[in-house]
Amino acid sequence: METNNIHDLRRQVANLRQSLFDQGYVDEQFIELEELQDDATPNFVEEVVTLFCKDSARLIHIIDQTLENHPVDFAKLDNYMHQFKGSSSSIGAKKVKTKCTQFMEYCRAENVEGCKRTFQQLKEEYTTLRRKLEIYFQYARQVGPTETASCHPK
Amino acid sequence: MGMAQELHVLAVDDSLVDRKVIERLLKISCCKVTAVESGRRALQYLGLDGEKSSMGIDGLKVNLILTDYSMPGMTGYELLKKIKESSALSKIPVVIMSSEKILPRIDRCLEEGAEEFLLKPVKLSDVKRLRDFILRGEGDDDKLTDKKIKEACSRKRKFQDDSLVTAHDIESSPESSASSESQQQKQSKIG
Repeated sequence: METNNIHDLRRQVANLRQSLFDQGYVDEQFIELEELQDDATPNFVEEVVTLFCKDSARLIHIIDQTLENHPVDFAKLDNYMHQFKGSSSSIGAKKVKTKCTQFMEYCRAENVEGCKRTFQQLKEEYTTLRRKLEIYFQYARQVGPTETASCHPK
Repeated sequence: MGMAQELHVLAVDDSLVDRKVIERLLKISCCKVTAVESGRRALQYLGLDGEKSSMGIDGLKVNLILTDYSMPGMTGYELLKKIKESSALSKIPVVIMSSEKILPRIDRCLEEGAEEFLLKPVKLSDVKRLRDFILRGEGDDDKLTDKKIKEACSRKRKFQDDSLVTAHDIESSPESSASSESQQQKQSKIG
Protein backbone atom coordinates (compact mmCIF):
# COMPACT_ATOMS: atom_id res chain seq x y z
CA MET A 1 0.00 0.00 0.00
CA GLU A 2 2.58 2.60 -1.09
CA THR A 3 1.49 6.13 -1.55
CA ASN A 4 3.09 9.56 -1.73
CA ASN A 5 -0.09 11.30 -0.83
CA ILE A 6 -0.33 12.19 2.85
CA HIS A 7 -4.11 12.36 2.67
CA ASP A 8 -4.30 8.84 1.31
CA LEU A 9 -1.94 7.70 4.03
CA ARG A 10 -4.02 9.35 6.72
CA ARG A 11 -7.11 7.70 5.33
CA GLN A 12 -5.41 4.32 5.32
CA VAL A 13 -4.34 4.78 8.93
CA ALA A 14 -7.90 5.71 9.88
CA ASN A 15 -9.25 2.67 8.04
CA LEU A 16 -6.74 0.34 9.65
CA ARG A 17 -7.69 1.74 13.02
CA GLN A 18 -11.42 1.48 12.36
CA SER A 19 -11.15 -2.13 11.26
CA LEU A 20 -9.42 -3.04 14.53
CA PHE A 21 -12.62 -2.01 16.27
CA ASP A 22 -15.08 -3.24 13.68
CA GLN A 23 -13.53 -6.69 13.61
CA GLY A 24 -13.54 -6.86 17.39
CA TYR A 25 -9.80 -7.00 17.91
CA VAL A 26 -9.78 -4.07 20.30
CA ASP A 27 -12.39 -2.45 22.49
CA GLU A 28 -12.95 0.91 24.17
CA GLN A 29 -9.97 0.43 26.47
CA PHE A 30 -7.78 0.97 23.40
CA ILE A 31 -9.39 4.39 23.03
CA GLU A 32 -8.71 5.13 26.70
CA LEU A 33 -5.03 4.52 25.95
CA GLU A 34 -5.11 6.66 22.82
CA GLU A 35 -6.47 9.50 24.90
CA LEU A 36 -3.40 9.33 27.10
CA GLN A 37 -1.21 10.12 24.12
CA ASP A 38 -0.13 13.65 23.36
CA ASP A 39 2.53 15.49 21.39
CA ALA A 40 5.06 14.83 24.13
CA THR A 41 4.25 11.10 24.18
CA PRO A 42 3.07 10.32 20.65
CA ASN A 43 4.03 6.64 20.84
CA PHE A 44 2.49 5.80 24.18
CA VAL A 45 0.01 3.25 22.85
CA GLU A 46 2.69 1.54 20.80
CA GLU A 47 4.96 1.42 23.85
CA VAL A 48 2.25 -0.17 25.96
CA VAL A 49 1.50 -2.69 23.23
CA THR A 50 5.22 -3.50 22.98
CA LEU A 51 5.29 -4.24 26.70
CA PHE A 52 2.16 -6.33 26.30
CA CYS A 53 3.84 -8.38 23.58
CA LYS A 54 6.95 -8.95 25.70
CA ASP A 55 4.81 -10.03 28.62
CA SER A 56 2.62 -12.21 26.41
CA ALA A 57 5.63 -13.99 24.92
CA ARG A 58 6.80 -14.84 28.43
CA LEU A 59 3.36 -16.08 29.48
CA ILE A 60 2.79 -18.10 26.30
CA HIS A 61 6.10 -19.84 26.80
CA ILE A 62 5.46 -20.75 30.39
CA ILE A 63 1.86 -21.79 29.78
CA ASP A 64 3.01 -24.05 26.93
CA GLN A 65 5.48 -25.69 29.30
CA THR A 66 2.95 -26.04 32.09
CA LEU A 67 0.46 -27.70 29.74
CA GLU A 68 3.05 -30.31 28.85
CA ASN A 69 3.69 -31.31 32.45
CA HIS A 70 2.18 -34.40 34.03
CA PRO A 71 0.03 -33.93 35.94
CA VAL A 72 -1.07 -30.52 34.74
CA ASP A 73 -0.90 -27.87 37.47
CA PHE A 74 -4.23 -26.12 37.02
CA ALA A 75 -3.61 -23.64 39.80
CA LYS A 76 -0.48 -22.41 38.05
CA LEU A 77 -2.29 -22.24 34.73
CA ASP A 78 -5.09 -20.24 36.27
CA ASN A 79 -2.56 -17.83 37.75
CA TYR A 80 -0.70 -17.34 34.47
CA MET A 81 -3.89 -16.92 32.54
CA HIS A 82 -5.16 -14.40 35.08
CA GLN A 83 -2.06 -12.34 34.31
CA PHE A 84 -2.59 -12.73 30.59
CA LYS A 85 -6.22 -11.74 30.89
CA GLY A 86 -5.27 -8.72 32.97
CA SER A 87 -2.77 -7.35 30.53
CA SER A 88 -4.96 -8.01 27.50
CA SER A 89 -7.77 -6.21 29.27
CA SER A 90 -5.46 -3.28 29.98
CA ILE A 91 -4.74 -2.72 26.30
CA GLY A 92 -8.26 -3.50 25.13
CA ALA A 93 -7.34 -6.75 23.38
CA LYS A 94 -10.89 -7.99 23.17
CA LYS A 95 -10.60 -11.34 21.39
CA VAL A 96 -7.52 -12.39 23.30
CA LYS A 97 -9.23 -11.53 26.56
CA THR A 98 -12.25 -13.65 25.63
CA LYS A 99 -9.98 -16.61 24.97
CA CYS A 100 -8.32 -16.09 28.33
CA THR A 101 -11.71 -16.26 30.02
CA GLN A 102 -12.60 -19.45 28.15
CA PHE A 103 -9.29 -20.99 29.07
CA MET A 104 -9.83 -20.21 32.73
CA GLU A 105 -13.20 -21.93 32.60
CA TYR A 106 -11.62 -25.12 31.25
CA CYS A 107 -8.93 -24.74 33.86
CA ARG A 108 -11.44 -24.61 36.66
CA ALA A 109 -13.15 -27.68 35.21
CA GLU A 110 -9.67 -29.30 35.08
CA ASN A 111 -10.24 -30.11 31.44
CA VAL A 112 -6.80 -30.50 29.87
CA GLU A 113 -8.00 -30.96 26.31
CA GLY A 114 -10.24 -27.93 26.58
CA CYS A 115 -7.31 -25.91 27.90
CA LYS A 116 -4.99 -27.04 25.13
CA ARG A 117 -7.52 -26.39 22.41
CA THR A 118 -8.42 -22.96 23.75
CA PHE A 119 -4.78 -22.07 24.23
CA GLN A 120 -4.09 -22.88 20.59
CA GLN A 121 -6.91 -20.54 19.60
CA LEU A 122 -5.60 -17.90 22.00
CA LYS A 123 -2.15 -18.03 20.43
CA GLU A 124 -3.68 -17.59 16.99
CA GLU A 125 -5.75 -14.62 18.12
CA TYR A 126 -2.74 -13.09 19.80
CA THR A 127 -0.56 -13.54 16.71
CA THR A 128 -3.20 -11.99 14.48
CA LEU A 129 -3.66 -9.06 16.82
CA ARG A 130 0.05 -8.45 17.08
CA ARG A 131 0.42 -8.47 13.32
CA LYS A 132 -2.48 -6.05 12.81
CA LEU A 133 -1.21 -3.69 15.46
CA GLU A 134 2.31 -3.75 14.04
CA ILE A 135 1.00 -2.76 10.63
CA TYR A 136 -1.23 -0.11 12.12
CA PHE A 137 1.58 1.47 14.14
CA GLN A 138 3.92 1.37 11.16
CA TYR A 139 1.48 3.40 9.12
CA ALA A 140 0.51 5.64 12.03
CA ARG A 141 4.16 6.56 12.59
CA GLN A 142 4.43 7.63 8.98
CA VAL A 143 1.71 10.21 9.28
CA GLY A 144 3.07 11.49 12.57
CA PRO A 145 1.05 12.55 15.61
CA THR A 146 -2.43 13.15 14.34
CA GLU A 147 -5.79 13.63 15.94
CA THR A 148 -7.48 10.34 16.34
CA ALA A 149 -11.01 10.37 15.02
CA SER A 150 -13.32 9.92 17.94
CA CYS A 151 -14.56 6.45 17.38
CA HIS A 152 -16.76 4.59 19.75
CA PRO A 153 -17.06 0.97 18.86
CA LYS A 154 -20.50 -0.62 18.69
CA MET B 1 -0.25 26.17 55.18
CA GLY B 2 -1.50 25.30 51.72
CA MET B 3 -0.76 21.80 50.52
CA ALA B 4 1.22 21.38 47.31
CA GLN B 5 -1.33 20.60 44.66
CA GLU B 6 0.74 17.79 43.26
CA LEU B 7 0.19 14.49 45.01
CA HIS B 8 2.88 11.89 45.26
CA VAL B 9 1.43 8.49 44.55
CA LEU B 10 3.10 5.17 45.22
CA ALA B 11 1.73 2.71 42.66
CA VAL B 12 2.16 -1.00 43.32
CA ASP B 13 1.49 -3.57 40.59
CA ASP B 14 3.29 -6.71 39.47
CA SER B 15 2.08 -6.24 35.88
CA LEU B 16 4.54 -4.41 33.64
CA VAL B 17 1.76 -3.26 31.34
CA ASP B 18 -0.43 -1.97 34.17
CA ARG B 19 2.45 -0.13 35.82
CA LYS B 20 3.11 1.74 32.62
CA VAL B 21 -0.53 2.65 32.18
CA ILE B 22 -1.14 3.70 35.77
CA GLU B 23 2.03 5.77 35.71
CA ARG B 24 0.75 7.63 32.66
CA LEU B 25 -2.71 8.08 34.14
CA LEU B 26 -1.20 9.58 37.27
CA LYS B 27 1.22 11.84 35.43
CA ILE B 28 -1.56 13.20 33.25
CA SER B 29 -3.48 13.89 36.44
CA CYS B 30 -0.52 15.93 37.68
CA CYS B 31 0.68 13.46 40.26
CA LYS B 32 4.24 12.52 41.00
CA VAL B 33 4.56 8.77 40.64
CA THR B 34 6.76 6.11 42.12
CA ALA B 35 5.88 2.74 40.62
CA VAL B 36 7.04 -0.50 42.23
CA GLU B 37 6.37 -4.12 41.36
CA SER B 38 5.56 -5.66 44.73
CA GLY B 39 4.29 -5.13 48.23
CA ARG B 40 7.73 -5.83 49.60
CA ARG B 41 9.29 -3.14 47.45
CA ALA B 42 6.53 -0.76 48.48
CA LEU B 43 7.28 -1.34 52.16
CA GLN B 44 10.99 -0.94 51.47
CA TYR B 45 10.32 2.34 49.75
CA LEU B 46 8.22 3.47 52.67
CA GLY B 47 10.89 2.40 55.14
CA LEU B 48 8.38 0.58 57.28
CA ASP B 49 10.83 0.05 60.10
CA GLY B 50 12.18 3.56 59.92
CA GLU B 51 11.19 6.59 61.92
CA LYS B 52 10.22 8.67 58.93
CA SER B 53 6.50 8.94 58.56
CA SER B 54 4.99 8.50 55.10
CA MET B 55 8.25 9.45 53.43
CA GLY B 56 9.74 7.47 50.66
CA ILE B 57 13.38 6.57 51.02
CA ASP B 58 14.09 9.54 48.79
CA GLY B 59 12.38 11.83 51.27
CA LEU B 60 9.29 12.49 49.18
CA LYS B 61 6.11 12.34 51.20
CA VAL B 62 3.66 9.78 49.85
CA ASN B 63 0.08 11.05 49.72
CA LEU B 64 -1.59 7.97 48.31
CA ILE B 65 -0.84 4.30 47.80
CA LEU B 66 -2.52 2.71 44.81
CA THR B 67 -2.07 -1.03 44.81
CA ASP B 68 -3.18 -4.00 42.79
CA TYR B 69 -4.93 -6.71 44.77
CA SER B 70 -3.61 -9.89 43.15
CA MET B 71 0.15 -9.94 43.38
CA PRO B 72 2.52 -12.81 44.06
CA GLY B 73 4.22 -12.83 47.44
CA MET B 74 2.20 -10.16 49.20
CA THR B 75 -1.30 -9.34 48.03
CA GLY B 76 -2.63 -5.80 47.99
CA TYR B 77 -4.76 -6.71 50.97
CA GLU B 78 -1.73 -7.86 52.94
CA LEU B 79 0.08 -4.68 52.02
CA LEU B 80 -2.92 -2.66 53.13
CA LYS B 81 -2.93 -4.43 56.49
CA LYS B 82 0.76 -3.79 57.04
CA ILE B 83 0.32 -0.14 56.26
CA LYS B 84 -2.66 0.27 58.54
CA GLU B 85 -0.86 -1.54 61.34
CA SER B 86 2.07 0.84 61.13
CA SER B 87 1.80 3.97 63.22
CA ALA B 88 4.06 5.79 60.81
CA LEU B 89 2.11 4.90 57.69
CA SER B 90 -1.48 4.25 58.72
CA LYS B 91 -2.64 7.73 57.76
CA ILE B 92 -1.69 7.30 54.12
CA PRO B 93 -4.82 6.56 52.10
CA VAL B 94 -4.66 3.22 50.32
CA VAL B 95 -6.70 2.39 47.23
CA ILE B 96 -6.99 -1.15 45.93
CA MET B 97 -7.30 -2.04 42.24
CA SER B 98 -8.55 -5.34 40.93
CA SER B 99 -9.77 -6.83 37.68
CA GLU B 100 -12.21 -8.95 39.65
CA LYS B 101 -15.34 -7.60 41.25
CA ILE B 102 -15.61 -9.93 44.21
CA LEU B 103 -17.83 -8.32 46.81
CA PRO B 104 -16.45 -10.08 49.89
CA ARG B 105 -12.99 -9.04 48.77
CA ILE B 106 -14.08 -5.44 48.32
CA ASP B 107 -15.75 -5.50 51.70
CA ARG B 108 -12.71 -6.90 53.41
CA CYS B 109 -10.48 -4.23 51.93
CA LEU B 110 -12.79 -1.39 52.85
CA GLU B 111 -13.11 -2.77 56.36
CA GLU B 112 -9.36 -2.98 56.69
CA GLY B 113 -9.24 0.73 55.90
CA ALA B 114 -8.90 1.02 52.14
CA GLU B 115 -10.27 4.32 50.88
CA GLU B 116 -11.62 2.95 47.67
CA PHE B 117 -11.67 -0.05 45.43
CA LEU B 118 -11.17 0.51 41.70
CA LEU B 119 -12.04 -1.98 39.01
CA LYS B 120 -9.40 -2.55 36.37
CA PRO B 121 -8.74 -1.41 33.78
CA VAL B 122 -8.49 1.86 35.65
CA LYS B 123 -9.62 4.86 33.65
CA LEU B 124 -8.45 8.45 33.62
CA SER B 125 -11.76 9.54 35.12
CA ASP B 126 -11.17 7.17 38.07
CA VAL B 127 -7.74 8.63 38.73
CA LYS B 128 -8.91 12.22 38.48
CA ARG B 129 -11.76 11.61 40.89
CA LEU B 130 -9.37 9.90 43.26
CA ARG B 131 -6.88 12.72 43.07
CA ASP B 132 -9.56 15.34 43.78
CA PHE B 133 -10.87 13.33 46.68
CA ILE B 134 -7.42 12.92 48.23
CA LEU B 135 -6.59 16.59 47.65
CA ARG B 136 -9.74 17.62 49.48
CA GLY B 137 -8.84 15.31 52.32
CA GLU B 138 -5.22 16.46 52.48
CA GLY B 139 -6.16 20.11 52.68
CA ASP B 140 -8.66 19.75 55.43
CA ASP B 141 -7.14 17.82 58.27
CA ASP B 142 -9.44 18.98 61.06
CA LYS B 143 -12.59 17.80 59.41
CA LEU B 144 -10.79 14.83 57.94
CA THR B 145 -11.93 12.16 60.34
CA ASP B 146 -15.68 12.88 60.42
CA LYS B 147 -15.93 13.54 56.74
CA LYS B 148 -13.93 10.45 55.85
CA ILE B 149 -15.93 8.23 58.13
CA LYS B 150 -19.18 9.44 56.61
CA GLU B 151 -17.90 9.05 53.11
CA ALA B 152 -16.45 5.63 53.82
CA CYS B 153 -19.80 4.50 55.21
CA SER B 154 -21.76 5.73 52.24
CA ARG B 155 -19.21 4.19 49.87
CA LYS B 156 -19.49 0.87 51.67
CA ARG B 157 -23.24 0.96 51.30
CA LYS B 158 -22.91 1.80 47.63
CA PHE B 159 -20.58 -1.11 47.06
CA GLN B 160 -22.80 -3.50 48.94
CA ASP B 161 -25.82 -2.40 46.93
CA ASP B 162 -23.85 -2.20 43.80
CA SER B 163 -23.86 -5.84 42.83
CA LEU B 164 -25.05 -5.00 39.34
CA VAL B 165 -23.22 -4.89 36.06
CA THR B 166 -20.98 -1.98 35.18
CA ALA B 167 -19.11 -1.19 32.00
CA HIS B 168 -16.13 -3.08 33.42
CA ASP B 169 -17.95 -6.27 34.11
CA ILE B 170 -18.41 -8.03 30.80
CA GLU B 171 -18.81 -11.56 32.04
CA SER B 172 -21.66 -11.19 34.54
CA SER B 173 -25.18 -11.30 33.31
CA PRO B 174 -27.06 -8.11 34.09
CA GLU B 175 -29.59 -7.93 36.89
CA SER B 176 -33.10 -7.11 35.78
CA SER B 177 -34.06 -3.58 36.70
CA ALA B 178 -31.63 -1.00 37.96
CA SER B 179 -28.47 -1.62 35.91
CA SER B 180 -28.30 1.88 34.45
CA GLU B 181 -28.82 3.43 37.85
CA SER B 182 -26.03 1.29 39.16
CA GLN B 183 -23.74 2.51 36.39
CA GLN B 184 -24.37 6.07 37.49
CA GLN B 185 -23.69 5.20 41.08
CA LYS B 186 -20.46 3.54 40.06
CA GLN B 187 -19.38 6.61 38.16
CA SER B 188 -19.90 8.89 41.09
CA LYS B 189 -18.62 6.62 43.78
CA ILE B 190 -16.13 9.09 45.18
CA GLY B 191 -17.28 12.27 46.85
